[in-house]
Amino acid sequence: MDLWTVVRALFIILVVVAAFAPVITWVERKQSAVMQDRIGANRADIGGITVLGLLHPLADVLKLITKEDFVPAGANRFLHALAPIIAAIPAIIGFAVIPYGATYQFPGHEPFTLVGADLDWGLLYIFAIGSLATYGSVLAGWASNSNWGMLGSLRASAQMISYEVTMGLSVVGVFMVYQTLELTDMAVAQDSTFHLFGFLETFGLVKTLPGWLSFAQLPFWGVFVQPLAFVMFLTCIMAENKRPPFDAPEGESEIVAGYFMEYSGMRFGLFYMSEFIEIVVIAGLLTALFFGGWSIPYLSKDELIAGMTPVMGVGLATALTMVAHVATFLLKVVIMIWLQMQIRWTLPRFRYDQIMDLCWKIILPLSLVNIFVTGAVILLVKGAP
Amino acid sequence: MSFAAGLFYVMAALAVVTALGMVLNLRNTVAGAMCLVVTMISLAVIYVVLDAHFVAVLQIMVYAGAILVLFLFVVMLLNLRSDAFTPSRATAPKVVGAAVGVAVLAAFLAKLPDALPKVAEIPADFGSYRQVGLALYRDYVVPFEVASFLLLAAVVGAVVLAKRRLS
Repeated sequence: MDLWTVVRALFIILVVVAAFAPVITWVERKQSAVMQDRIGANRADIGGITVLGLLHPLADVLKLITKEDFVPAGANRFLHALAPIIAAIPAIIGFAVIPYGATYQFPGHEPFTLVGADLDWGLLYIFAIGSLATYGSVLAGWASNSNWGMLGSLRASAQMISYEVTMGLSVVGVFMVYQTLELTDMAVAQDSTFHLFGFLETFGLVKTLPGWLSFAQLPFWGVFVQPLAFVMFLTCIMAENKRPPFDAPEGESEIVAGYFMEYSGMRFGLFYMSEFIEIVVIAGLLTALFFGGWSIPYLSKDELIAGMTPVMGVGLATALTMVAHVATFLLKVVIMIWLQMQIRWTLPRFRYDQIMDLCWKIILPLSLVNIFVTGAVILLVKGAP
Repeated sequence: MSFAAGLFYVMAALAVVTALGMVLNLRNTVAGAMCLVVTMISLAVIYVVLDAHFVAVLQIMVYAGAILVLFLFVVMLLNLRSDAFTPSRATAPKVVGAAVGVAVLAAFLAKLPDALPKVAEIPADFGSYRQVGLALYRDYVVPFEVASFLLLAAVVGAVVLAKRRLS
């Protein structure tokens, strides 16, 4: 393991886990306050300085660490202690395959890619890790020897298993369009544009696209070529995260807090934090799959480097492009986080049977239709392989 | 011994130990199921060591992530505790079971020396999802379709059993 690997891993841990996730707890409070016409968190202070309530995450952690770590009577102590760790680890390591920059080549150096681990089955890694996350919530409820916890666990296992199936199927169309499972390749493929009316030319309706129509270009992003897949994937992955409106396993208004009801102190904090870390991972995944990853719309990486090179030389141009790409990626991640917050505070909760109906009766057939239509269109446009 | 070989032995030992843990653990069914999860994950690591990356991911997604969660779901739903599993006193099933196990193991061991293909060098894209996909949907498409029909029959059967009164 060289120094560079450590740097990339540190970037993910520092940015995703240490910087984004705690701030999101503050964003969540402020967002809920905006929706409910309140002011929101603004009390925690150090010597009278509150910084808009940004000290609340710090106060939360201090409180959680100093609280009593309670284990209920009759609980399985080993699994009770293990469950929060099993819940948190998949959330933290999920970001490893999400690219936060392109492949850059500085003169005189080896080319490198800004991603934790460049696997050729990148997206499957996320699905595999996500499927292991189920154990955290399932074991938590069972190990704490509590009826509410047990109900939460059963709901969590059923809901997460169901949505894993549809989540996988809903993005098959995206694999088909970009012809890869590798998230780095997908981002590269999305770093281009396509003609909105290009299908007229493909199907021979016009010989060459008239000039006024060829100006209508869109970035070749997943959200534009697979809009249905985007909506379905967003729904499925929010259901996997178990936050409202899909919070049946927690169900504060019916089963108290569900599977983590018997947890206190930092063990509860781990469940809480893993949900917030998952929000960041989901935002990164949505960005990489549907919003072009690090790519800047209408300005591809090669154009950017080539445009800046005459002014400042290849090295500086590449470095500036890299900074611009990472900044673009982080901006998109922030927007995706905001989108999830907005959905969470806008929609009322689903009933448990509605969650299951949505999964098996609506999203599953729709995703199969999406796969079929995508395959048919690809066959029409590109011809048989 | 290379790192991969060392990892293989560690994971193989872990797989055997946790498999025994599942079989011999009669007190706590959930712990037994969790032992099986660790077995599946260590098998997946062994697949990674053997360059079968796609199979390793499928191993985790399908076995560790889906089937065993359903096992846990059923075990927890029935709430099976220690008294639900008193070991059977009859000796005949045990003897037959042991005999079948030994016979299968012997047949496997007898086949083993010839069964391993002598591969001089592993192709670059060995075990990638492309290779597995091409093999599955091009070379072995008929067995694949037959297997999917079998699964369809199982699904229909499960629905019929679960919904006795089809109105």
